[in-house]
Amino acid sequence: MGNKLIVTAAPHITSGDSTQKIMGRVCLALCPTLVASIIVFGINSLILTAITVAACVFFEWAYCKLMKREVPIADLSATVTGILLAFNLPATMPWWMAIVGAFIAIVIIKQLFGGLGYNFANPAIVGRIALAMGFTSRMASYPLKGVDALASATPLAVSGELGSGEYVTLLLGNHGGVLGETCAITILLGGIYLIATKVISPMIPVTYLGTVAVLSLIAGKDPVVQLLSGGLMLGAFFMATDYVTSPTTDKGKLIFGIGLGVITCAIRFFGTMNEGVSFAILLMNLVVPYIDALTRQDKLGIAKKKKEAAAK
Amino acid sequence: MSKFLKRSAHGAQVPHEKRTSNQETVKMPLPSKIVLSMGQHIGAPAAPAVAKGDQVYVGTVVGKAGGFVSSDIHSGVSGTVDSIITITAPNGAPQTAVVIIPDGEQKVDPAVVPPTVTDLKSFQDAVRASGLVGLGGAGFPTAVKLAPKNLDEIDTLVINGAECEPYITSDNRCFLEDTQYILDGIQAVMKYLEIPKCIIGIEANKPEAIAKMKSAASAGIEVKELPCRYPQGAEKVLIENCTGREVPFPGLPSDVGVVVMNVTSVAFVGKYLATGMPLTTKRLTVDGDVIKEPKNVEVIIGTPVQELMEFCGGFTEEPGKVLYGGPMMGNCIADLSQPIMKNNNAVLAFSKKMAQLPKATNCIHCGRCTNACPLGLSAKEIVQAYNDGNVELLIELNADLCMSCGTCSFVCPAKRPLAPSIALAKIMMKNGGKK
Repeated sequence: MGNKLIVTAAPHITSGDSTQKIMGRVCLALCPTLVASIIVFGINSLILTAITVAACVFFEWAYCKLMKREVPIADLSATVTGILLAFNLPATMPWWMAIVGAFIAIVIIKQLFGGLGYNFANPAIVGRIALAMGFTSRMASYPLKGVDALASATPLAVSGELGSGEYVTLLLGNHGGVLGETCAITILLGGIYLIATKVISPMIPVTYLGTVAVLSLIAGKDPVVQLLSGGLMLGAFFMATDYVTSPTTDKGKLIFGIGLGVITCAIRFFGTMNEGVSFAILLMNLVVPYIDALTRQDKLGIAKKKKEAAAK
Repeated sequence: MSKFLKRSAHGAQVPHEKRTSNQETVKMPLPSKIVLSMGQHIGAPAAPAVAKGDQVYVGTVVGKAGGFVSSDIHSGVSGTVDSIITITAPNGAPQTAVVIIPDGEQKVDPAVVPPTVTDLKSFQDAVRASGLVGLGGAGFPTAVKLAPKNLDEIDTLVINGAECEPYITSDNRCFLEDTQYILDGIQAVMKYLEIPKCIIGIEANKPEAIAKMKSAASAGIEVKELPCRYPQGAEKVLIENCTGREVPFPGLPSDVGVVVMNVTSVAFVGKYLATGMPLTTKRLTVDGDVIKEPKNVEVIIGTPVQELMEFCGGFTEEPGKVLYGGPMMGNCIADLSQPIMKNNNAVLAFSKKMAQLPKATNCIHCGRCTNACPLGLSAKEIVQAYNDGNVELLIELNADLCMSCGTCSFVCPAKRPLAPSIALAKIMMKNGGKK
């Protein structure tokens, strides 16, 4: 007897949370925005989302099978990428283009670099950028159910003509844009849910949105319009907070958020593009390793010693 | 905000599982034998002071301290030395042990008399003779701890009653059952070491203990309610939360004018000064999902785990894992013949189902390990540096500061065994880069 006891290193218990549960909560947080997009853009939104999710999960499954790796689709990370990718596409996007986007996101950006946790940039963001580069006109046509073609441009393209009376439109998302960007209220709802369930820290969205608001005021633009239009809300709460491609510490997140805000405003105010969020996130993704290395926490007993030594 | 940006140190919200907290301590009857390991403390092992066939009594010295940082070991039974054997210590190393068969009479050694304590020196000698080691789990000889080099700079005695590990309630019972001994012990330490202030830190999940100590506390003694965040009981964390001081690394609590003692240790000091009976018994929590009757037991040191389990009604099903100590930092034992040691505060037995840890998956860089680490270390970076064999980075990341509290592993959603990997990283640092 007795010789069959298991011997392992401590700790012997783990928390109830898991990667799958975290990703599940992100999916749940995206649901209100999906509903809003169906209301604003019609049933095509749902079909497009279903296609990108199915494509992302399929590519993840197929690649891992092909490479004889364990298939990780149960962790729901490919599902999240699929939903986010769809949210970055206009409702009229041809299905095959969406599938190309899913391939770029999952196979090229995620799996070729080693799978979950090893991608250097947010897969959905790169998928969006690749499609925007390859199929520019398709990605920039924002049809809106029952609205004439002129009004269907993204509000940022015509922001000069928008009065404060348009705030409600921006909040409800009843304007041109891609699926998941238009309804600020549902994005905010999902974001608050993620913060409340401790999936994300409020640091990145708050500093990102705060920086954009301040810079808009300085540049003489309407900060409310800047905050509520384009991909900013979706980007701030769901794309910039991706664990793998954002800094770890609060200090790092602060710098990351400010950097995102500065780049976004620079592109919006001085660039030829209407939209700066996806490029801001991509650029900041690339410097995350440096931010991480420069923003480590003060370790207990070590920082103090240095300070004391400096004082002496 | 500034502290917030400095170090999040969230700790972990571990389950409490303190279902034995209201169970009054019961005395376990004499075991059929006791096995006294000569290595029940940090430092040099003791040397057996008895030979086969010798008659011993309750309180007889069985093992003589092997140096300054060491401790005497006393018999908890009267009886005959059966043999001197080699056992496998929980860390896997061989250790000498004295086996004693009780005669059932429990005759007390005539040498056991209350010590005469008049000054610091005689107090330190008494503590040394008592065989006391840190009972919170570390097992550091208390006499050494009570002889800091900078004695005149020590201004605060911190009593560790956090008991942040799940399941364990023996310190809670100590607060409730040995209140007077705790106060006597604290007052003695404060008097002879001339420490003006004492802070008793207790986690908020022990309201009865907090209330009892608050009403009992005399002048200079403050009771501090600590948040229920593991690891409140880690020495450096406790000192920071009680006094606001950061113990430098490398360094000791005495460097910031603090001496820390576990509540059970200080209660023992109080009891020893009154009775002169050395450390031969220990209160411990027996719990876990396969223990039939979880309880707090006062057990004679050296009692085989098997007999303790039988006293608690045995197992409801075959155990998968049996631990000395709590589930966060406790050590697995390989078989039930292992004896209870001085620094044990719990024996936990878990089913095979609970014993299996979930499979590790890819790191998603969520940063929970970093933001939870009470010391501000970045577990994921340390483990990466270890895997890469990058000793320079390990030094930069201060991997050797890690105290293996297990918080990083606990919070990891990918279930990665971060704490054990960091333990290996520390060994690699010591070996200058060899795994």
